[in-house]
Amino acid sequence: MSDKQKHSDEHTGVDTTGHVWDGIRELDNPLPRWWLWVFYATIAFAAVYWVLMPAWPGISSYTHGVRNHSDRAAVQQELARLKAARRADAARLTSASLEQIERDPALQAYALAAGASTFGDNCATCHGAGGAGGKGYPNLRDDAWLWGHGTLEDIEHTIRVGIRSDHPQTRQSQMPAFGRDGLLNGNQIVDLTQYVVALSGRQANRGSVARAAPLFAEQCASCHGAAGKGNPDLGAPDLTDGDWLYGSSPDAISSQIANGRGGVMPTWEGRLDDETIKAMAVYIHANSDGR
Amino acid sequence: MTVAIGETEKKMAGAPLLAGILGVLALLSMFAAAATPDPLFRIHAYLLMAAFTLGAGGMVVGISTGGFRETDRYMDGVIRAGAVASMFWAIVGLLVGCVIAAQLAFPDIFYFPDFGFLNFGRLRPLHTSGVIFAFGGNVLICTSFWVVQRTCKARLFGGVLPWFVFWGYQLFIVLAATGYLLGITQSKEYAEPEWYIDLWLTVVWVAYLVTFLGTIWKRQENHIYVANWFYLAFIITIAILHLVNNAALPTGLLSTKSYVVWSGVQDALIQWWYGHNAVGFFLTAGFLAIMYYFVPKRAERPVYSYRLSIVHFWALIFIYIWAGPHHLHYTALPQWAQTLGMTFSVMLWMPSWGGMINGLMTLQGAWDKLRTDPVIKMLVVSIAFYGMSTFEGPLMSVRAVNSLSHYTDWTIGHVHSGALGWVGFVSFGALYMLFPWLWRKQGLYSLKLVDWHLWIASTGLVLYIASMWVSGIMEGLMWRAYTPEGFLQYSFVETVSAKHVSNVVRLLGGLLYLTGAGIMAFNLWKTVRMPSVAAGNSPVDALPAPNPLAPATLPAE
Repeated sequence: MSDKQKHSDEHTGVDTTGHVWDGIRELDNPLPRWWLWVFYATIAFAAVYWVLMPAWPGISSYTHGVRNHSDRAAVQQELARLKAARRADAARLTSASLEQIERDPALQAYALAAGASTFGDNCATCHGAGGAGGKGYPNLRDDAWLWGHGTLEDIEHTIRVGIRSDHPQTRQSQMPAFGRDGLLNGNQIVDLTQYVVALSGRQANRGSVARAAPLFAEQCASCHGAAGKGNPDLGAPDLTDGDWLYGSSPDAISSQIANGRGGVMPTWEGRLDDETIKAMAVYIHANSDGR
Repeated sequence: MTVAIGETEKKMAGAPLLAGILGVLALLSMFAAAATPDPLFRIHAYLLMAAFTLGAGGMVVGISTGGFRETDRYMDGVIRAGAVASMFWAIVGLLVGCVIAAQLAFPDIFYFPDFGFLNFGRLRPLHTSGVIFAFGGNVLICTSFWVVQRTCKARLFGGVLPWFVFWGYQLFIVLAATGYLLGITQSKEYAEPEWYIDLWLTVVWVAYLVTFLGTIWKRQENHIYVANWFYLAFIITIAILHLVNNAALPTGLLSTKSYVVWSGVQDALIQWWYGHNAVGFFLTAGFLAIMYYFVPKRAERPVYSYRLSIVHFWALIFIYIWAGPHHLHYTALPQWAQTLGMTFSVMLWMPSWGGMINGLMTLQGAWDKLRTDPVIKMLVVSIAFYGMSTFEGPLMSVRAVNSLSHYTDWTIGHVHSGALGWVGFVSFGALYMLFPWLWRKQGLYSLKLVDWHLWIASTGLVLYIASMWVSGIMEGLMWRAYTPEGFLQYSFVETVSAKHVSNVVRLLGGLLYLTGAGIMAFNLWKTVRMPSVAAGNSPVDALPAPNPLAPATLPAE
């Protein structure tokens, strides 16, 4: 048995406790002093912290501490301070016209900073970090606008009400799914695709284009216009330029005719305040070729 | 040292009963598979049916062929199985970790939209559970079975129970892992498995507790060795944490889905009470137990201070359990609870370091072995990383520091310095010692390969931690950067793309660490294939005089 085999360790000269387990002994060293004192120091630190800060719960409340500190109150105060500091700029921004903003470098800098920050965390998810867009998500840096003409007011309105959103005044339109809903047959869609390719100034099958001309006039022209130049009041894109939301290839075009996709952009009214929406509109306007 | 045959028969008494229970469970699983409307539940019911059928079949074969009649003094077969399982799950867990690191570094390449189960969200819990519970858990179970038998001079309690613990735990791992890939999750971090998997783990864990406690009860030593205190604290506390955090109501007995009974901030608090103490009792207390046995064994030196082991054990146990709220700084959690979480974490610093001191100072008089024995080196590196991460932890729990570090890669780096540095290396060290013991070899196949493993894995570890410090502090600073007008300077996606280089370095670090584990697996495989030392009933009997380069200290009788 292992007990009471107390002996002195040959290397350190320290006694062992006399226990042996599977050949393992234990030295009878005291607690290292520095260890003990640092342990006490951390306990003292904790005690002081408990006196100063909210710490121990009671039945219905807790010890608030000498400093009576509250994270939530501190955040509220900080936000209020920031809001107060910005109040003048924010008020001017909400009422200013584009020309006024452009004439006032300080106000413009404020609007662009606010807009860039808000855009990065709210819009970049879909429209890309710089607003360059992607498949199904419009590019905001060019001068092609699905809705409106790219004026400050148009942009602001789109941000406010969204597109096919749940806002009562949302921008709303729906291209029919000509293929899926059986409005046109497969051959007709092939012809129409060629017609749209031709509209954008590219080589297309002449026979198809000729066959599709009456179809286009009948089915598409009401929104896209007889010449295919689009209608920014209906969110109907210009089919004659080089900008394609869902891709420029014949396959992409025929898929769009067949399925009639339309993207959704949420309404930001209520989620962002007026001056933030305005600032974002200024930012987007400044980055685009808007008028 | 053989036990009497009568006693052997008694030890098998549980076998027919267990075979019967498994048979009934297999039948129930079949009914569940037939009756459930939930296709995911059906997959798991089939899996359970297969496992229970195999288990019952194995029991029947074992009983009829007398396969359970191990006559050795100690029950080592189950430890051999555990050691192999540990190595296997280490490779799996680390491999999945490298895959998700690659997904973070190159999201456009390692994105598989056609294979939803390979999404980061599915693979991430597979990695964390794989390394913590599959690898770490198997290491803890198999080393605890070794240590408790040797330090109590008693065979494992419970007849076939230890084997039930081993296979039951593997079944838990397979259920959890397949569940993650299928999308069966209760969305609690490190406690993702759903209710029926939790119930199964509870059964297995109780069997583990009974085995361990029973063995201690039978001990032929007056005192209980410190390693066993730590193992026991780990087993009991994990049981409590598991039960409370996973309290849930299933939507039906044949459904995978359940709802946790806690809600809101209470749920968050309980989740992190669980989460942090999983770190405290699984990854700290359990692996300290390993250190307390394997370090003095390898160094052939006495433990530095018995008194320190007592004081730091109780201080650690008492203080750790309070530290969880530091995961919820600056959240809806009341501030007083945050204060307690932080201050108790700060007070935890020295109790944690008590283990480091006792580990390192045990090498007093054996430091020269660092030159010759890479296994000791590995153990020392693990203790050093233990000390580093148990200092970093209290530091990060301070609210002011946490406001920068929280939600950033710094946390990931911190976890991995503990997981790869401490848990990984101390486990590797223990396994390098266990394999020659368990298979009765003179030593390892190659100590040179151990050295290669150590250096490659350490390099990977340093790359991992350093890259995460850089990216964590960088993104923390970017998140709080303001323009002169008081607006946030960076959008979230800019902070993500700024981490690209760090993410690539992290992947490289992970691959190096995995390479090290691969070398280790090869080395252990070659060790097992070496000729055995002529053995008596116990591996110690016939071993030659200790070779300074081989795992010299063998369990004494």
